[in-house]
Amino acid sequence: MAEVICPENILKEVDVDRILDESMIMKNKGLRLSQACAAYVNGKYELSYSFAEEGTYQLTTLRTVIDPETEVSSITEFFPYAFLYENEMRELFGVKIQMTKPDYQNKLYRIRQETPFFKKAEENA
Amino acid sequence: MGKQSIIPFGPQHPVLPEPIHLDLVMEDEKILEAVPSIGFVHRGLESLVEKKDYQEMVYVIERTCGICSFMHGMGYCESIEHIMNVEVPARGRFLRTIWCEMSRIHSHLLWLGLLADAFGFESLFYQCWRMREKILDMFEMTTGGRVIFSVNKVGGVLKDMDEGQIRQILDTIEWIEKELTKIKKTFLNDYTVETRLRGVGVLTKEQAHDLGAVGPFARASGVVLDMRKRGYAAYPELDFEPVTSEDGDSWARCEVRINEIFQAIDLIRQAAAKIPAGDLAVEVKGNPEGEFFMRVEQPRGEAVYFSKGNGTKFLDRMRVRTPTFANIPGMLQTLKGADYADVPILILTIDPCISCTER
Amino acid sequence: MAKVKKSPWVLHYDGASCNGCDIEVLACLTPVYDAERFGIVNTGDPMQADILLLTGGINAQCQEVVKQIYEQMPRPKVVVAVGTCACTGGVFKEAYNILGGADTTVPVDIYVPGCAARPQSIIDGIVKAVALFQQRSDEHDKGIVNGSREGES
Repeated sequence: MAEVICPENILKEVDVDRILDESMIMKNKGLRLSQACAAYVNGKYELSYSFAEEGTYQLTTLRTVIDPETEVSSITEFFPYAFLYENEMRELFGVKIQMTKPDYQNKLYRIRQETPFFKKAEENA
Repeated sequence: MGKQSIIPFGPQHPVLPEPIHLDLVMEDEKILEAVPSIGFVHRGLESLVEKKDYQEMVYVIERTCGICSFMHGMGYCESIEHIMNVEVPARGRFLRTIWCEMSRIHSHLLWLGLLADAFGFESLFYQCWRMREKILDMFEMTTGGRVIFSVNKVGGVLKDMDEGQIRQILDTIEWIEKELTKIKKTFLNDYTVETRLRGVGVLTKEQAHDLGAVGPFARASGVVLDMRKRGYAAYPELDFEPVTSEDGDSWARCEVRINEIFQAIDLIRQAAAKIPAGDLAVEVKGNPEGEFFMRVEQPRGEAVYFSKGNGTKFLDRMRVRTPTFANIPGMLQTLKGADYADVPILILTIDPCISCTER
Repeated sequence: MAKVKKSPWVLHYDGASCNGCDIEVLACLTPVYDAERFGIVNTGDPMQADILLLTGGINAQCQEVVKQIYEQMPRPKVVVAVGTCACTGGVFKEAYNILGGADTTVPVDIYVPGCAARPQSIIDGIVKAVALFQQRSDEHDKGIVNGSREGES
């Protein structure tokens, strides 16, 4: 029988200005950025950054809930490959992420409609 | 120093079945940098959660990609089942595992064929696709569909396999094992193939980790990372170890995928021997409330499904992070310093699935 | 099937599809289904293609690409929409970035339904396209200009 490693996912709520520090801690622990995404729920953005540990298959998610106007700093300094996720968040949701490198200037998907996920939610409200 | 020029690659290109565009910054024949631009297949299917309820979404998520369609549906269903605390019956879990591993065989054979096509070995391409058709016949026999077969639902599966069908699947995979053993020699020992693959696009273990690579692409560089070890479906009851290789070049990626087909054949045999009788699915009542990150191992690597329910039948957010999305930074790294003639092989060795990536 | 005097060359382009129809189109060209027995050849070059197989719906970004490929093809030409998405937009019709089927962008001659379209129906579509191409080619040789199609640039 194969050994199965199935730890519970960890969800950690942090303030928006702690995102950089926390992701640096994750980087130092040797974790891999598994995914980053945004959700627009009840007029606020919920940003999730998930970090995966390779040996134990543990998934730790940093969650921050912010107002649409709040500016978020980019984590591309520590995880350069986060640029795709951050460009996507900005383009589809309109999250204000600062200093993403490289910055696609909302031209990642080149969609006709601006920030489709954000606007639609506004219409519903 | 030579003259620098930019060569556009794609979106319509003979080697690419799907559109992706790269701007290759060249110095003579060497690539200095590759700048991707994606979005030719972006449909925005994540936004459909506003219009389809969580049970209808299964059919939308399955159409994220036509190659690993079954696993997309399963990953989404498992994430909802976790939120709603639904326990799938054992027979349902084993059937999911068998279809999963059959999908893996068909996906890897498809990839091997495309790789052979990319280095111009036409007859090898036809051999791989001839074998793949047998697996598709098995899909058609058990589910009725060839590439997209909506047999998943929240709470279990919709169709059963009888004794005869399982026996026929076992016969088919035995035939594939025999045929693949022959073809393996050509892929791994042939002098011509080796010159096209050996030492091309090397990604070291450190680079693979630092660029967040997943799946066979990372395993070929020696990173032991296989989400099946997390134990979803019936994997906790089966015996397997992640397939890895050390070299990190295109040849190693080819080796890993060939060995994974053999592993999948072994897993189907184990599952067929252990499959219990019983129900296929449980009835699911109510609406999901809460959130869950589900990770499954697709043929291309780790896929993340994030579902967030709010107690109504429409989800707040459904997010799919597909393996190719995570492998693009690694692909750009392997392109740096490569020859222009190797570009098709380097793009193919991450097994790109563009419609997954852009959703 | 009409008598075919010429071998049309087929070009496949993937719009915003899920990939299912694309691999079925490819499967049609491999030995088991072997659509090439009807005298067609698969090509990657729009400028030498006679029949365009389009899979998937059309989105804002690939619209220009599809238009350009269509315009690069020499006349006479035939367009086949493969799969439900290419016919109408399919399951993604309501998504924000899908404009609809292939006929929103280029004139479509033959519609092949199915999600994903089965190889048998794709072959059927190809056979019809070959016959239609032959007819157009004959008209072209005789100097008859098909007003509805040929008038467009």
